[in-house]
Amino acid sequence: MGKVIGKPTPLIDAVQKVTGKAMYTDDFKFPNMVYVGLHRSPHAHAKIMSIDTSVAAAHPGIKAVITGKDIPIAFGVLPISPDETAMAVDKVRYVGEIVAAVAGETPEAARAGADLIRVSYKPIKNFITPDESLVECSEDEKIHQHTKNSKNIHKIADLSFNDPKDGIASSSFTRSVDFKFAGVTHAFTEPHSTIAVWNGDESLLVITATQVPHYLHRTLSKVLDIPLHKIQVKKPALGGGFGGKSDPFPHEMITSKLAILTNRPVKCTLTREEVFLTNHGRHPTEMTMSVGCDADGKITALDTDIVIDGGAYGSFGVVTAYYNGVLLQGPYKIDRFGFITRRVYTNKPQSGAMRGHGAVNPRYAVEVVLDMLAHDVGMDPCDFRQQNFLSENTKTVGELRITSNGIRECLETVRRKSGWDDRYGKLPNGHGLGVACGFFISGSALPIIWNRYPQTVVHAKLDFDGRIVMFSGASDIGQGSDTMLVQIAAEELGISMSRVQVEVADTKLTPVDLGSYSSRVTFMVGNAAKQAVDKIRHQIAASVGNEKSVPREAIQFADERVFTDDGKLNLTWDEAVDIAMAGRGAFVESGFYISPKLGGKFKGSGAGLSPAYSFGAFIAEVKVDPMTGQVSVIKVWGAHDCGKALNPLSVEGQIEGSIHMGLGQVVSEDMRYHNGRLLNANFWDYRIPMTLDTPEMDVTIIESNDGEGPYGAKEAGEGPIHPVLPAIGNAIYDAVGIRMTELPITPDKVLTELRKGGQQ
Amino acid sequence: MQKVELHINGFTRTLLVNAHETLLDTLREQLNLTGTKRGCDQASCGSCTVLLDGTPVLSCITPTIRCDGHNILTIEGIGVNGHLHPVQERLASDGGLQCGFCTPGVVMTAVPFLQENPNATDEDIKEALSGNLCRCTGYKKIIQAVRHAAEDLRHG
Repeated sequence: MGKVIGKPTPLIDAVQKVTGKAMYTDDFKFPNMVYVGLHRSPHAHAKIMSIDTSVAAAHPGIKAVITGKDIPIAFGVLPISPDETAMAVDKVRYVGEIVAAVAGETPEAARAGADLIRVSYKPIKNFITPDESLVECSEDEKIHQHTKNSKNIHKIADLSFNDPKDGIASSSFTRSVDFKFAGVTHAFTEPHSTIAVWNGDESLLVITATQVPHYLHRTLSKVLDIPLHKIQVKKPALGGGFGGKSDPFPHEMITSKLAILTNRPVKCTLTREEVFLTNHGRHPTEMTMSVGCDADGKITALDTDIVIDGGAYGSFGVVTAYYNGVLLQGPYKIDRFGFITRRVYTNKPQSGAMRGHGAVNPRYAVEVVLDMLAHDVGMDPCDFRQQNFLSENTKTVGELRITSNGIRECLETVRRKSGWDDRYGKLPNGHGLGVACGFFISGSALPIIWNRYPQTVVHAKLDFDGRIVMFSGASDIGQGSDTMLVQIAAEELGISMSRVQVEVADTKLTPVDLGSYSSRVTFMVGNAAKQAVDKIRHQIAASVGNEKSVPREAIQFADERVFTDDGKLNLTWDEAVDIAMAGRGAFVESGFYISPKLGGKFKGSGAGLSPAYSFGAFIAEVKVDPMTGQVSVIKVWGAHDCGKALNPLSVEGQIEGSIHMGLGQVVSEDMRYHNGRLLNANFWDYRIPMTLDTPEMDVTIIESNDGEGPYGAKEAGEGPIHPVLPAIGNAIYDAVGIRMTELPITPDKVLTELRKGGQQ
Repeated sequence: MQKVELHINGFTRTLLVNAHETLLDTLREQLNLTGTKRGCDQASCGSCTVLLDGTPVLSCITPTIRCDGHNILTIEGIGVNGHLHPVQERLASDGGLQCGFCTPGVVMTAVPFLQENPNATDEDIKEALSGNLCRCTGYKKIIQAVRHAAEDLRHG
């Protein structure tokens, strides 16, 4: 092993991307194409009294007009909460919700047509904050009819093991702290875009910027009432996702419907403002985090009460509600553990899954509280964490199976590299260090849509030309999964990467993959890909062994040769392929991945189950200006246990990107609303770190070599974000003695805390 | 509609454009030069950067009629005879891109910058790229790649 795997490897599509040749959805054009214009609600919550489309329909260049009643079938990415329709039916639930759509000959005509749709509304009481949604209201005020107890609560998720409240009450030291987190959004650089083509055989082609072609495939079939086998969803080059392109989206259904109605290719590309309104970002969150420890600093119990603001629709929210709690079960051993999460509906663009799904905000809270407890006990925060870590090969109290676990090495590494022992608590006033740890799933063990299928299937094809083609539904969204497929084939067959090509993310050509989310692709698709190419190797070995009368077990594959160590067999790859083709020609082999059966028998036991978990420890150094309240992050040391880095260049990139995104959420990003209207739906007012805001980054990859991951690999795309935020929060405490419990940590909040005097 | 003459990537094209048409629309919609990306259409992300007479401009806020008679270089015009420019080579080889959507804008900003600042420090590079939003990389490998490209250019 190790010719290709484990080597820093440029992405296979890197040259296409640096030359501008990579084709993203909006780069495609079709003859006779028409464009979508969307009419959006100006009201946060209102009954639709009437819609007049006549003026729009008569406008020059308008080919079709549709409203909610034309696509009335409800959908939701989770089959348990199908609460959304492609366009509002009967009522609108947030400012910016799509009410009607047109197809126009040009983008300008489509915009003009959409503006000419007249809708009359009767406003309903708005529920903008979670507090408002937790109060009883009348039936006709409820955002959705299926909510319970006359409140706008979507889901209550709770678990409790070994009476945590009592555990906390009886602890030597306890802390119970309120936290508040603003909503943040993915802000991928490529706006959502979709093209739909209705073919002569009544099949639908949808080219779209999606992380999950499979869910869109299923959803289009449902809402448009077209058989699954008549729908082809293709993901071309994709400009970033981070969870924000993993739901099936209304504009994808609308574009498809208009393609059928007009019988012409249809394109819809959202504006940046529309991308912000589409959201599905991290839930705004309020929580009380309570943790106890004994006099020696051993954690005794954790209990937390969480409210997450789901916005107007369900999205992944039921999963988010559970993840907020269950992903607090590590990386520390906590035997008395409990949480309750209430996900509320509000009249705002919906929240959903975003990098680090559900676990980022509670991770900030718990790591800050642990820091406080360490100080209460009088221990170094690194020592405090170190003595509470879960071991390898264990189970958490909620029966999450922990296998490989490199958390100790992660913490030791950043501690040493940052000079922690000489510097923590000793830097000049205004300068500080902070530490935090985290862990995350490597794919969900349970699929969203329950069935007995594998979670992924990969096909590998060999033909006379000596080329391997990997067919996978996995969606490369920039993280490099296409490159991983090629690396694995090249590694297993001992051929150069240039002999391997991919056909990916196309529901007509590629076997089902459940998509690029929950950090599942390297682990699951990697295992399936390895299995598929191993079968190809066995096939070649069998053919060559037969023909050349050598035992097939002795046949080696390396350096583009197929040979035996004793020199009796020494073929070029092409010669070996020629033998393997004899009498049958090209062949395809298949590999798949199914997670082992995991978890306990209690209700809610499925949440957070994963075949493996990544671990990480980060230390941040900050400078806080006591005059202005400005926080500058100077340097971040990050160590992440990804099992085995199949491509260290990509793993580093994921960790560095996580530092960027964590930094944004902790110091500046904030979706701000006034009466339900998003105030900062652009990159000028929604502030994302740019080059000048970027700290120095020292990244270390820790390899614990997981027993079930491909070559030992686990995830690296999401886990690294979790420790970033609290490491910065804890560093602010070391710098100026204040505990920041509300994100983002803007200068005004810092000044307010400084004036209170700090030193909690 | 107004007639304009644009010298794009070394070739002169005569086009009819609307008075309000942006250079980004002209490039992408009229000329199918889709390497130039529309990230925000609000002059806030840098994805649409092209060179106007050698100077980087945001094509999403550049009226095409203002470009009449001027030289425009897009990502399609970077690199000679099929060879990548060192900035492109280094972004590709050193992990200076992930999703790649911001990459053409980064290339179009860094190439003229290094021409004028062959000895640029990391701080200079950060300053030069401060208008290019990247959501994937955390910028570290972009800055490294541009620094390495500067070294490559200096050493011929």
